[in-house]
Amino acid sequence: MVAEQGTPKRLHFDFVGAVLWLVRILAILAVVIGAFVSLTSGRLSAAAWLNFIVIGIGQGAIYALIALGYTMVYGVLGFINFAHGEVFMSGAMVGAFAANSLAQAGMWNSSPILSILIVLLIAMATSTLVALLLERVAYRRLRNAPRLIPLITSIGASFFIQYAFLGLFGAQTRTYPALSILDGFISVAGLNIRYADIMVIGAAVVMMVGLYTFVERTKAGRALRAVAEDKEIAALMGVNVNRVIVLTFAVGGAMAGAAALLFGVVFRTVFFFSGFLFGIKAFTAAVLGGIGNIVGAMLGGLTLGIFESVGPSLVLTGLGIPSAHQLKDVVAFLALVLVLIFKPTGLLGERLSEERA
Amino acid sequence: MALLEINQLRKTFGGLTAIEGLDLHVDEGEIVSIIGPNGAGKTTLFNLISGLFPVDEGEMLFAGQSLNGLFPNQVTELGLARTFQNVRLFPNMTVRENVMVAQHCRTKSGILRSILRTSKFRHEEAEIKARAEEVLGFFGSRLVGYRFDQPAFVLSYANRRRLEIARAMGTDPTMILLDEPTAGMNPKETTELTGLIGKLRDDHGITICMIEHDMQVVRGVSDRVICLDYGRKIAEGTYQEVATNEQVIEAYLGRKATDAAS
Amino acid sequence: MAQTTKTPTAAPPGDLPPTRQNFVDLVKAAEWGLVGGATATFVSAIGMVPDFDGRTLIDPFLTLGYLVLFLVPFAFGYMAARPLPTLEGQEPVRVGPKNVLAGAIAGTVTGLVLFVPTLVAVNFNLRSVFVNLSPAMADTLTLGQSLGVGLLLLVVLCLVAGAMGAGVNVIPARWRVPVMTGLLWVLTVGLLEDLATQLLRGLNLDALVGVFFAPGGGLKPAGAIIVFVLVFSLQLVFQRRPPGLKARYQALDQSERRRWTIILIAATAVIVYLIPIVLGGFMSEILDLVGIYLLMALGLNIVIGFAGLLDLGYVAFFAVGAYMTAVLTSPGSPALTPELTFWAALPFVVLAAALSGVLVGTPVLRMRGDYLAIVTLGFGEIARILFLSDWFDPVFGGAQGITQIPSPSIGPFEINTPPQFFYPIIVMVFVAAYISWALANSRIGRAWNAIREDEPIAEALGVNIVTAKLSAFVVGAALASFAGALFASKIGAVFPNSFSIIVSIIVLVIIIVGGMGNLAGVAVGALVIVGLPQLLREFDEYRFLLYGALLIFMMLAKPEGIIPSRRRVAELHQEEMSQDAWLTAEPESELDEARTTPATAKD
Repeated sequence: MVAEQGTPKRLHFDFVGAVLWLVRILAILAVVIGAFVSLTSGRLSAAAWLNFIVIGIGQGAIYALIALGYTMVYGVLGFINFAHGEVFMSGAMVGAFAANSLAQAGMWNSSPILSILIVLLIAMATSTLVALLLERVAYRRLRNAPRLIPLITSIGASFFIQYAFLGLFGAQTRTYPALSILDGFISVAGLNIRYADIMVIGAAVVMMVGLYTFVERTKAGRALRAVAEDKEIAALMGVNVNRVIVLTFAVGGAMAGAAALLFGVVFRTVFFFSGFLFGIKAFTAAVLGGIGNIVGAMLGGLTLGIFESVGPSLVLTGLGIPSAHQLKDVVAFLALVLVLIFKPTGLLGERLSEERA
Repeated sequence: MALLEINQLRKTFGGLTAIEGLDLHVDEGEIVSIIGPNGAGKTTLFNLISGLFPVDEGEMLFAGQSLNGLFPNQVTELGLARTFQNVRLFPNMTVRENVMVAQHCRTKSGILRSILRTSKFRHEEAEIKARAEEVLGFFGSRLVGYRFDQPAFVLSYANRRRLEIARAMGTDPTMILLDEPTAGMNPKETTELTGLIGKLRDDHGITICMIEHDMQVVRGVSDRVICLDYGRKIAEGTYQEVATNEQVIEAYLGRKATDAAS
Repeated sequence: MAQTTKTPTAAPPGDLPPTRQNFVDLVKAAEWGLVGGATATFVSAIGMVPDFDGRTLIDPFLTLGYLVLFLVPFAFGYMAARPLPTLEGQEPVRVGPKNVLAGAIAGTVTGLVLFVPTLVAVNFNLRSVFVNLSPAMADTLTLGQSLGVGLLLLVVLCLVAGAMGAGVNVIPARWRVPVMTGLLWVLTVGLLEDLATQLLRGLNLDALVGVFFAPGGGLKPAGAIIVFVLVFSLQLVFQRRPPGLKARYQALDQSERRRWTIILIAATAVIVYLIPIVLGGFMSEILDLVGIYLLMALGLNIVIGFAGLLDLGYVAFFAVGAYMTAVLTSPGSPALTPELTFWAALPFVVLAAALSGVLVGTPVLRMRGDYLAIVTLGFGEIARILFLSDWFDPVFGGAQGITQIPSPSIGPFEINTPPQFFYPIIVMVFVAAYISWALANSRIGRAWNAIREDEPIAEALGVNIVTAKLSAFVVGAALASFAGALFASKIGAVFPNSFSIIVSIIVLVIIIVGGMGNLAGVAVGALVIVGLPQLLREFDEYRFLLYGALLIFMMLAKPEGIIPSRRRVAELHQEEMSQDAWLTAEPESELDEARTTPATAKD
């Protein structure tokens, strides 16, 4: 009977496995060869490379703050909130209006710290509001739906918010007024670190530490972790699941708002489409660090920032590809694909809960 | 002759050892029951055999062919089908389609043939359909007639279990692994299914290895019983031998009780 | 659960009173009005109302702008006046004037909220921030009257609209459908005036144009009444559906059936042949675009609707098709000098797309659904950036793209005008629809279904996941590449920016609106999603906003699409069904199981 069925041929050949190994090997080869060629060519000095890294860290810190929103919603509700990039954009856009009116009133340069704090508050409030509206209007009714349904909804929400902002505020790019105290840099060991980067990294670290303490040390944070673990059991234990979910969106939104201000002060321009690419990259950062993991978001953000800043110059130019800077976004997307191929759980493993277990 | 042979199997999840140094064989035409307390590693064993989990150590042979490193569909293709503890049908496909899917690895039509609707394709389709209906007829009138075109999710619990067995039969297996086939059934249904399991072997020549908690069922059909505890085999033999084995009683009643008794 | 026979569950005493009061919450109605006001303010502030004011629907009463504006109090009035839902075994609630009052209150509140943007726009200049909060908007909102009179009029009209919305709840069910369908048709005919006049002219019925339509645009009141009465009476007559045509067709014997099939095909062919001739150049242009998107939607439907793989980078295959065609056929392409004809290039184009399908499909094969979505989205963007980059400039021409793509020709006939292009496109659409149908009812289609429902189990049952998923990607990619090839040769040029993520999203919206897995639904989806914004240029600025809203709405209200396939309905409402089953659950017995869905624990 067995003999009749015959032995399937090539039983042990795993096509997908083979291709993935090929991709892994090619990726490593490309990185090694590209880096080797770049570094030995002496095209850029060591200090220049380090500068790339510092700029990358600055950019990465912003990714990290946005990534928190993805990671927290994913940890608690288990779906990708694709519209989170727009939550970020909304803060940046409204922040730009606030900053400009402060500049018109002359406050922006006379008392810069105070103005930044005011704009920070406004940006955070806007982003939080947008995130909460999203939750209330779009996601609340989908809590038990199969996970692709809220994902598709969030894609719809993403476009809706973008084009609502286009309609409300127009298509033109809005600029933040220049902040003179952020001009200039300090030199450490031949390395020029811009004040702006210092501010971004410092602010991001403060936010992260604050959030970490909140999640790990407070009662609300404990409730949040309980809901992430198991919604039904948490509800049985007396946790108000609804409130925790709202809180999750609020905190994610607030972090995106903070990121929006930092982005505005450093990059200075924002338009209705700014959130899209930034959002996808922040999501990449979240996956890179292990989605659902708060520390992972920080780590993933920084890693992605560095990849993006160093990668084109180090690897792509080393491989002889012209105008490598055009391919910056490709690097980010490739990073996402490679992470999911090499280590799908990300650097620090998935889910909020596994930290505990 | 041993149809399924397992040597020194080991599987750990992180620090937890699920299967340790397990030797096991099932002969052709046999019905073997695997019993053991919850968490003894029974379902893990099935998952290893059917290729859902990779094996850490040891070797599994089915009809002389190694199963190590095969994908689940390849294991099924070799003629080793299985059912699942927590019935997993394709709920929105019809009863007939559920079984027709099972014929996938026995048929060949590809995209081109499906598009061109060659005579070979139509012939094969008709055969698949006939085979599915034949298999569903195994359960008497329960899954035939108007049931063919009902989506699987309208079925009763017992019928879902039956359909799952039918689906496994639909892959034309030489051996079926049944994971708690009678769980959740009432006594009448259990008795009926016990009879059918015997028939599966006697009439269709399918070798059976099953995990079962209901000792009536185990006693009713098993040629041989194997008891697992903490991933190891602690007893093997006829139902009587195993049921009276001291280690087995200890495993089921708990160590404390026997410690206190001795 | 439609087929469930009612099980009169013994209601707990005192829980459900035998006769129910018509409970209408007026405070709640005011709250609905507030939400409505916010919505109406939003619609005005993004510029929709003044922009749409230019299109007259019914001359001189109604423009599209006012339709959009007053649709808001209408909808919220409807919501506010909805009676309590009727549970099984209960007597339905009697609706009455109280419901209309609730609707009127909601409408009034909406109108009052609209004072805010109007007064702001009149008194302050915030146009550096809110670009559309302009005097023009205020003028539209006050209906061109002075501020005081205009505001009063606005509130009164909102009140009326709210009451009318509430009225939908109040008219007896027998009349509701004909009235609503009649109104809908009037608005549709008014909206699609260009199409309607073109159709009448194409059919040599020029005289009728003047009867229905005003010279300045829009339906004449008389025309509107004719349309309404016509549709209304047709609806009334045909409320009882004639016995199913399909059943009658199946009752025919073999030879008769064959004859009817041939007649049907011939009739379709004639109609298809006449369409571009009747509709003329401009409409054909739109139909060509609809057809190209429809082709893509049919392909993506295989990937998402059949196999359950949410591919958001589908535009990449479209781009590969277009660029391969360009490189192989255009004398203007930098690479590959020996140029082929369109038809000679086609096999290579499809081959390249299939190859790229494997290339994209393989790394994502073992990924979970949501990761797959984001990664494919990444691939789509990577493709676009690579086409744009200096790196591939020698092959793809960078930002300048590739021009001078020749038109295809059949024998001596060259296909280069929009009406001519309609034929190859429609033929491809039919082929794609046939392929979809053939694959759905085959071994591979069942394997896709099984994977969508439960991947690990499908694999354990012997389905080769790798082949099945890759073949879905390959078939989808091939159909998209056809669309790309037709697109490239129709436009005559390709530019990297034609292939942005937005194309993928549009195709996704088409299949979601049309109903995943359903071919007729997808066709309707393509007409509405792609055709309508082309026809109504006002929509162009807001189309993505509307697509987004549509996606959210569909997921919340009808995840199975407007014209769903039966299977999808079952799948997406399964949760509900098993909940219903709890209500009607009986002790499980062999006889009853056909009628109940036992809510067994899912894993």
